[in-house]
Amino acid sequence: MAAILEVEQVGKRFGGFVALDGIDLAVQEGERLGLIGPNGSGKSTLVNCICGTLTNEAGSVRFQGRRLDGLPAYKRTRLGLARSFQLPRPFTSLTVSENVRIPLLYTVNAREHRLTSAGIDDRCAELIGLVGLQDKAEARPVDLTQVDMRKLELARAMAADPKLLIADEAMAGLSHSEIEDILKLLLRLNERGVTIIMIEHIMSAVMSFSQRLVVLVSGRKIADGAPQEVVRNPEVVGAYLGQ
Amino acid sequence: MRWTNFFLIAAVVAALGVAATQFSSNDYYFFAAYVVLQYVVLATAWNILGGYAGYVNFGSAAFFAAGAYSTVVVHKLYPLPLPLLIVFSGIVAGLIGFGTGYLTLRLRGVFFAIATLALAVVLQTLIINWDFVGGSRGAYIIRPHTFPLLGSYMKYMFLVMLGLAIVAVSVARLIERSWLGYGLAAIRDDEFAAEASGVPTLRLKLVATAVSGAFMGMAGSPFPYIIGYVEPSSTFNLAYAVNAIAMPMIGGTSTWIGPVIGAILLGTIQQVATVTISSAVNLLIVGLVLVAFVIIAPNGLVGLAQSWMRKRK
Repeated sequence: MAAILEVEQVGKRFGGFVALDGIDLAVQEGERLGLIGPNGSGKSTLVNCICGTLTNEAGSVRFQGRRLDGLPAYKRTRLGLARSFQLPRPFTSLTVSENVRIPLLYTVNAREHRLTSAGIDDRCAELIGLVGLQDKAEARPVDLTQVDMRKLELARAMAADPKLLIADEAMAGLSHSEIEDILKLLLRLNERGVTIIMIEHIMSAVMSFSQRLVVLVSGRKIADGAPQEVVRNPEVVGAYLGQ
Repeated sequence: MRWTNFFLIAAVVAALGVAATQFSSNDYYFFAAYVVLQYVVLATAWNILGGYAGYVNFGSAAFFAAGAYSTVVVHKLYPLPLPLLIVFSGIVAGLIGFGTGYLTLRLRGVFFAIATLALAVVLQTLIINWDFVGGSRGAYIIRPHTFPLLGSYMKYMFLVMLGLAIVAVSVARLIERSWLGYGLAAIRDDEFAAEASGVPTLRLKLVATAVSGAFMGMAGSPFPYIIGYVEPSSTFNLAYAVNAIAMPMIGGTSTWIGPVIGAILLGTIQQVATVTISSAVNLLIVGLVLVAFVIIAPNGLVGLAQSWMRKRK
C-alpha cells in the first residue's frame, strides 16, 4: 500500500498561540484513520491545513506524491481531497439536489470528460440515494433535520468523487441510531476504495470504525497506532482524564 | 420559461418598440422610456454581482460614469456610431470592474461595499482633474439631430437602449441558468463551502464584476448624447448607485426578472413623479418604497409571488 497523504512537520500559529507543532502523519490508500483529541487540540486546524482553507507556515502536505503547498482549496478538491464541515455548511438558497450538483459541476466536470446534463442528473440522484435523502431531493436545507443535514454534507463531499474524504465530526449531536446510519455510510464509501479520515469525539464510533488511531493534544501528535493500544497509552489517558 | 418563449417575448417587445417609433412623434415619451430602459440595464448589471454572488456594489455610479466619459473621450477624438461607442464603453468599464475586483474581492461583506464606494470617489476625483474631458466644468457634446428612417435621434437612442436591455437581460438569464450561476449562488451562500466544493471563488467573482461593470458602463455610454452636457456631479450621481441597488431589491434579486420588474416599476414612478411633482422627489420615493419592501417583502416582488404560489399548492 502506498501513502495517499503525507503530512510532514506541519506547523501553524495563530499569533502567539501554537495550534500545530511539527505534525507528521502518513495515511495509506484505502485506510480508515481515526483522529481524536480534546477540544482545541488542533484537529480542525490540521484538516484546514490539509484542505487549503488555512496555509501552514511550516512543513508540507503531499497528496498522492504531489506537494500541495500554496494550492488553493478548490484545486485540492479537484485533485480528490474532499472534506465535510464540522458544522454543516449547506448552500441555503439551493435545494438538496442542487447542493450536490455544485461539486459535480466544478470538480468532476473540470477533471476529465464533461458530463452531459442528463449524466449530472443521474449522478445527483445516485449520490442522494446513497445517503438516503431521495425523498428530500427538492427540499431546502432549512427544512432538513440535523442528521439529514450531515448526510447532505457527506453527499456533497462525495460528489467531488474524492480519493480521500475527511469527515470532521460528522456525528456530533446525533442519536445512537443516527450515528449507526452515518457509520454504515462511511464504511460503504470505504469499501468503494475511498480513504477516510474520521475526526470524532464519540469514542464508540471511532473505535469501531478506525483501523488506526492518531491522538492530537495541544497541537502535538502524542500517539499513533492500533486503536486498542492507543487508548491504553498512559499519555492519552492523561490528556483526557488529567494526570 | 424556456429559451424559445423568452426570445419570443423579447422579439415582441422589440417589435413593439419599433412600432412605437412609427406611431408617436412626441420625443418626450421616448426619452422617458429610454431612462427606464437604462435602469433596466443598470439594475440587471448590478444584480449579476449583487444578487447572484451576494457582493453589494455601492459604486454603480462610477461604472456608469466610466461608460459616459469613455463616450466623451471617443467623441472628442473621433465620433463613432452609437453602438460602437457602447461596445467601447463596455470594454473600458469591464476592465475597471476586473481591476477593482482584483483589488477588492478578497474583502467580504460590508468591507467590499465600502471599497466600491471608495472607487467611485477616486474615479470622480480623477475625472474632475482631467482637463481633456472638461474637468469639473464639464464637456458639451453635440449629438446629431436626426437619424435616417426614424426621424428624431431620440427615437434611435431609445431603440438602441431597448436592444441593449434585451442583450443584458439575456446575458443575466444565461448566467443564472449555467454552471456560472450555480457557482455564484454557492459563493453567495457560503464561500468556504463553495471553495471546498471545487468552486474557484476568486475567478468567478472576477468574471461577475467584469460582466456587471461592463453592462453598467454600457448603460452610461449614450448618456452624453442624451443631455448634451456632461459634468462629474451629475454623472457620478448618487441616484444611479441607489437605484441600481433598490430596483433589484424591490423586484427580487434571485432571478433575472426581478431587476427588470423593479426597474420598470420604480423607473416609471420616477418619470411620472418628475413631470407631475418634482424631480427632487425621486430619491425620496426610492427610499420610501425600499423601506416598505424591506419590511413587507424582503425577497422582492418575485419572492412574494413565489411564496404565495407555494402556499396555494
